[in-house]
Amino acid sequence: MVKKPIITVKNLVKKYGDFTAVNDISFEVYEGEIFGLLGPNGAGKTTTLEIIETLRDKTSGEISVDGFSIGKDADDIKKRIGVQLQAAGYYPNLNLSELIVLFSGLYGINKTPMEMLGKVALTEKAKAKYKDLSGGQKQRFSIATTLINDPRIIFLDEPTTGLDPQARRNLWDLIREIRNNGTTVVITTHYMDEAEVLCDRVAFIDGGKVIGIDTPDNFIDKLVAGGFERPKQVKLANLEDVFINLTGKEWREE
Amino acid sequence: MTNNQKPYSNTRATLAIAKASFRSILRSPSAVVFSLVFPLIFIVVFANIGGSGVTVDVGVAKGCDTTNMVYQVLKKNQMLNLIKDQSTEEMNKNLSKGSIDAILDIKKNNAMPPFTIDVQYTKASSKGGILKSTLNNILYQANAAINKNQPQLAEVKEATIQGREYRYIDFILPGMLGFSLLSSGVFGTAFVFLSLRLTLVIKRFFATPVKRYSIVLGEALARIVFALLGALFIIAIGHYVFHFTLIHGLATVVDMLILSAIGLIIFMGFGFIISGVAKNESSVPPFSNIITLPQFLLSGTFFSTAAFPSWLQHISRVLPLTHLNEAMRKVAFEGASLGDVSHQLLILGIWFIGVYVVAVKTFKWE
Repeated sequence: MVKKPIITVKNLVKKYGDFTAVNDISFEVYEGEIFGLLGPNGAGKTTTLEIIETLRDKTSGEISVDGFSIGKDADDIKKRIGVQLQAAGYYPNLNLSELIVLFSGLYGINKTPMEMLGKVALTEKAKAKYKDLSGGQKQRFSIATTLINDPRIIFLDEPTTGLDPQARRNLWDLIREIRNNGTTVVITTHYMDEAEVLCDRVAFIDGGKVIGIDTPDNFIDKLVAGGFERPKQVKLANLEDVFINLTGKEWREE
Repeated sequence: MTNNQKPYSNTRATLAIAKASFRSILRSPSAVVFSLVFPLIFIVVFANIGGSGVTVDVGVAKGCDTTNMVYQVLKKNQMLNLIKDQSTEEMNKNLSKGSIDAILDIKKNNAMPPFTIDVQYTKASSKGGILKSTLNNILYQANAAINKNQPQLAEVKEATIQGREYRYIDFILPGMLGFSLLSSGVFGTAFVFLSLRLTLVIKRFFATPVKRYSIVLGEALARIVFALLGALFIIAIGHYVFHFTLIHGLATVVDMLILSAIGLIIFMGFGFIISGVAKNESSVPPFSNIITLPQFLLSGTFFSTAAFPSWLQHISRVLPLTHLNEAMRKVAFEGASLGDVSHQLLILGIWFIGVYVVAVKTFKWE
């Protein structure tokens, strides 16, 4: 398979006064993959993401998204991407279906609320308010709003933070499904197990720099080849497997 | 996958925001309370106080002739409260304190003119003026009635009487309307834009192709439509229940709505400024009160600014709500056209420019 870059980031720098949040980052995201940005809090993941999403100005560097340059063609890029922000709220007092109508208007695209809510299994919540949804439902709804414009790429900033194991697995399935329909996914997460099962490739970012890009398997193999051993013998299952085994894999809607 | 063949429509995006915002306003209790319930409560309360709102306490001097026609007419006037049960000393003391507004003494003359009306006003109260004009009115009527051979004079008198039929509702309704526009414009706009910013709703909008002006315009549109519906409702209740005067009927209503929109747009400017200056939602009310309370008190919402000392009147002359109220009253009661209130509109225009220059500088998107 020929890997075609859909996002190219070259020497990206972002400074806030004296503080350098992003320090000369370069990487590529290939079309059709799930790409993970990993790293500790404050590493510059969200800042990098928001610059690619045209929500923040860069200090220097070059970024192209689906062939459009970030500085000149912001509007073209916005039409081709879907963005889920880490803590975004939605317009107050509206139900999900009305919010979808609002976003359809903002994107200038005709989509029925049921079609979009159907994609994330929320049709039953069409008349509910966003604030009354469970954590997992909130994230699924956020993802529905990113899909309205049939984007080429969607950006998910920590979509599974705070979710219970069922909701998390359920979201992974949804993200895989979106990727299988041809949309490239860029995701940030703090959960390495999540990145390991979900991402085709990951980039580690720390102190505003990329300190490694590869597939999860290659990273693990290299570490093991270097003589790394876990202090405790790995069991064939972990506690999360026990949790899922005991409580079931089916969706839980609180 | 992409379906971007259709050109992007900013109008559609603007209307989508307007529709969302309008729905949201209708479901927010505070917006409905500020724009409809509060003004109505004030109107109902004030319209029912003493029949017509203002009462003038008039002490009747000992030995005053109470059998004459002038006295009988005054007695029937609901605005006047004639007090007979106070001693002369008490009355004089109360007059100097302003707890009664005037002392009336009518003496029968054997020569012409048949009566001498002796009225003492007090600097402690401004309501003596109402008695003065009522008296002038009655005398005018009485004098004219005597000269029955001059029908032309009688006709003039009719017109004057008509003009005097100024109910308190004619004063309070435009004032209340103006104040409701002020509070919903300032509080509503400040709260909405601050919370949209703090909850990152606007940031999420920016990830779509929507233009900034669409967001502002859409919000403004929703607020204006809602405020005008509210104004229409208040005017309708005022007119049909409390006989609020609409000189030219529907045309007057349209003029009032245009004035409402102009006022609201200016007041929303204050809201934009506050939303930019305020750090969080709890700092919105203090900032908003700084804008609304002085105007509430000094812009002739409940009582005429004519009663103020002159230094206070100067302040009142500067405030935008004063001019909006004046323009409203002129249009509604005197039948003035929008052209006739160009002076008020000019001052509102200056405010518009001033407020929005500051708003553009202070407004924050994120």
